[in-house]
Amino acid sequence: MWARPGRRAPLTDQQVDEIIGALLRYGVMSSATVVAAGGIWYLIQYGTSLPGYHVFRGEPEYLRHLRGIVSGIPGFHCRRMIQLGLVLLIATPVARVAFSVVAFILQRDRAYVVITLIVLAVLLFSLTGKMSG
Amino acid sequence: MNILELTTLVGIVSVAAGFLGALTGLGGGVVITPAMVLLLGIDLHYAMGATLISVIATSSGAAAAYVREGFSNIRIGMFLEIATTVGAVCGAFAAAKISPSILGVLFGVVLLHSAWISTRARPAPRPGETDDPLATRLRLNGSFPTPDGPRSYKVSHVKTGFSMMFVAGAVSGLLGIGSGALKVVAMDRAMRIPFKVSTTTSNFMIGVTAAASAGVYLNRGYIDPGLTMPVVLGVLAGSVLGARLLPCAPTMTLRRVFGLVVGVLAIEMIYNALAGKL
Repeated sequence: MWARPGRRAPLTDQQVDEIIGALLRYGVMSSATVVAAGGIWYLIQYGTSLPGYHVFRGEPEYLRHLRGIVSGIPGFHCRRMIQLGLVLLIATPVARVAFSVVAFILQRDRAYVVITLIVLAVLLFSLTGKMSG
Repeated sequence: MNILELTTLVGIVSVAAGFLGALTGLGGGVVITPAMVLLLGIDLHYAMGATLISVIATSSGAAAAYVREGFSNIRIGMFLEIATTVGAVCGAFAAAKISPSILGVLFGVVLLHSAWISTRARPAPRPGETDDPLATRLRLNGSFPTPDGPRSYKVSHVKTGFSMMFVAGAVSGLLGIGSGALKVVAMDRAMRIPFKVSTTTSNFMIGVTAAASAGVYLNRGYIDPGLTMPVVLGVLAGSVLGARLLPCAPTMTLRRVFGLVVGVLAIEMIYNALAGKL
């Protein structure tokens, strides 16, 4: 009832679409850059070693959680760097959903604030949950 | 075969899959896992992890373009993402409990479905059906741009569509794919959403669905950086190239070729799974 004609709309659907588009584009671009840089490093360091993907052993603990991945940055471990880029990529759609919460709040669309928060909660549960085993 | 050679081979397969996926509009993710498993002898779980991550990349990249064109409906996408993300987490949990041979057979069945979808022509648009009161309450009805100005549409069978999206999410989490074909079926067939809106909104949803499974996959150690790197970069490069060439591509022929490739992979996947080779 506040959004009377003449009053400036807080955020139009069009503007929301444009911001989401930019968010996704920059997320993918920055992730690809980090993955490519880490990848070149990895190939220089381990290119001539033999891979072991025929049997599933699972990744070491430090590559399974954000804390473990980030802790390797000062030492510049190439596999950690690629993994960091991949986490950036996983974070891109999560950031999109988080931004949508803000957008729906500004649009005073209460039903969609709740719907979007549910989606965000499921995503955060999956990303932070201790579910190995 | 050393790591450099394997990375190159996986990269070539991924560029080709991303290229064909963008040209046919079916997403290339679904062919990478069987190609890695059947041709390169990579373990199913590693292949699923790498493919799942590449699905996020292509979906986000394509959605960035579509969202600005105004075809995708963010409200429909967000509402249905409740179903797909919950389904995806359940599927990703189940993936660790189910034996690789059963996963392989399931994968083959999903591949056969994609092959069947890809060889058929795009369905004719239907006139607006009876609208669902739930769709009105959730403000799902929308409009999309056409050369003659915006055209509005109504959404039907919201509950059926929502349930089908849970299944699509579960399949996505179980097999590490985007399951775009299943999402389009739910929106196009059940909810009677216009085809172009269905495909672009599905693409928009795939990234969020895949991110929901990706957390579980990462914690379980399915995502190997060395193997995922060429898949993500290859699929991205291939899909950018495919999108550039889209306007001058013989789409129907490509869809038939893609359908044939997927069909062959499906049969081989099921055969290998039943023979206990996965």
